[in-house]
This record gives sequence, C-alpha cells and structure tokens, in this order.
Amino acid sequence: MPVTVKVPTPLRKFTAGSESVEGEGASVGAVIDDLESGNAGIRERICDEQGKVRRFVNIYVNGEDIRFLQQLDTAVKDGDEIAIVPAIAGGSR
Amino acid sequence: MKRCAIVGIGGLGAPAAALLARTAAAALTLIDDDNVDLSNLPRQPLYGKSDIGRSKVEAAAARLRRHNPHLELRTHAERLTAASADRLLADADVLLDGTDNLDTKIHLNEIALRRHTPLVHAGVLGLDGQLMSILPGESACLRCLFVELPDGDELPTCQQAGILAPVVGAVGLAAAREALFMLRGTRPPLADRFAILDGRRLRWRALELHRRPQCPACGHLAIVDTHREDP
Repeated sequence: MPVTVKVPTPLRKFTAGSESVEGEGASVGAVIDDLESGNAGIRERICDEQGKVRRFVNIYVNGEDIRFLQQLDTAVKDGDEIAIVPAIAGGSR
Repeated sequence: MKRCAIVGIGGLGAPAAALLARTAAAALTLIDDDNVDLSNLPRQPLYGKSDIGRSKVEAAAARLRRHNPHLELRTHAERLTAASADRLLADADVLLDGTDNLDTKIHLNEIALRRHTPLVHAGVLGLDGQLMSILPGESACLRCLFVELPDGDELPTCQQAGILAPVVGAVGLAAAREALFMLRGTRPPLADRFAILDGRRLRWRALELHRRPQCPACGHLAIVDTHREDP
C-alpha cells in the first residue's frame, strides 16, 4: 500500500484536480520525487532550488511536522499520510 | 464589556460579525476600507443589492444594529496599517483576521504579538479553509508555522482559484467561535492547533503546532503559561 499525499488547492493544478494522490518511497523526499514523475512541476512548488522545503509550505507525516523530525529524510511507510500545507490568504473579497 | 476587532468585513469577517453581534458577547470594531460590490453578495451575508457602492463597515453596522440595537459598535472605513494600528485597535481585547492577503495577515500577526492581544487567524482558498488561534507568548503564531513569505505570484489568489460561499462562511463562523473562547478568557481550542477544512468532503482536521523558539515574529517573547483551563 503506497503513501497517501493530501494535495491542497493551490497545488491541484499539478494533479489534474485530485485532492489526494498516492506515491512511493521510503522517505518524504523520495515520495515527492515520485510525485514529480507523474505530476511535473509539483516539486518546485514544494521545494526551493536547494531542494529544501519552501518555508511557506509545511509538510506533515501522520500529523507530525517534518521540521521536528528529519525534514525530507523523514521515513515513511506504506499506509502513511503526508499532508502538504501551504499558506493561503483568501477570505475577504 | 470586552471588544473584538474584526479586520476585513468580507467573506470571513461578515459571518463572524453577524454571529458575534447576535451573541452580544462583545463590543465590536469593524475595519475595512472597501465598498460593497455586486460580486460580494453571494457570500457576504450582511449586504444586499441596495448596499452596492456603500462602505462595507457602514452597511454592516446598519444590518447588525437591526438585529441587535444595543450592540456597542465602532466602524473604521480605512485600511489597517502599521501607522493606524494603535489607533484603530486601541481597546481591542481580541482580533479576528478576515483579510484576504498574506502580507496583511502576517502584519496582523505582528500587531497582535506587539500588543499581546489574542488573534484568530483565518484563510480560505478554493475549497480549503485554514484556522488557528494565536495567544501571544503562549501558543504558536503564524510565523511559527510559515517562516518565510512567498513572492507575490507564488500563491494563487481567490480570483484564480475561486472561493465557495459555504466554505468561507463555515470558516468565518468557526473563527467567531474561537473569538468567543478568547472573549470569555478561556483557552481557545485552536491554540497550538492548525485546523484545515476540506470543503469538498466537509471535514475538519487539525494539526498540532509548536511554538518555535527561533520564530522571527514571536521568538523574543517570554514563554507564558497561564494555565487557563479549557471550558
């Protein structure tokens, strides 16, 4: 069973509108690489030119912030859920 | 009576104001420099066609007073800025963020921290909603969560991604609920928690947050633990 990745609205244009996709890999970074292979362009919205997670994007594995784990090296296993949480700003107009 | 300042009386702020006015739990300060537009009407329940072109805060105040004639209400038809913040928020006990751009949300976060005033942060885009409560010096702030600001074109706007009236309304009402806890002096459920509304499935989930000692906005504040009990 692969890892489930919850995709927020701002990134769904890379997943053909899907709010949840599946990825393979032993770490968060590996799963993002796997996502990129089928959803070109999504990685650069999550990671910067140095390959680090952009600082207005947070990633959680089963509800735990990977900044307090091993960042992109955080291990994942089948059945885990990765949530990508970017800042969003709308609401007034 | 405590006072809640609502900044932005649109899709988030209008339903929040309506609920807070009806509960009569607080005096209200409404801040918005916008006028009512036809495009606002589907999701901003305080306004009608006859309000188009009118100042949002004045139109909102008239509607709220019809429901609660005894409401203590103050309006400011101007934009909240660094220069105007102390004047506009002079006696606010709670801040509620109903704005629609990240720069203003970050700015409001900094104002709340500087003034040690609790803040309800809310945002909506497409079918996603976000909500958290910030107790300065006590719980994680917005910059604990989002360390760096994106460039202007890195985040889609509501104009690009759309926004759905029931979703923004649900987040606005939930924001009012957080404010009610703060006005009662009790710890709001979303302090140190980041709630995300999946508007497609109509499901809330919450992520645990932690204050970051190196946070660029609140890292300098002493850690406060008031031991306030949940109701």
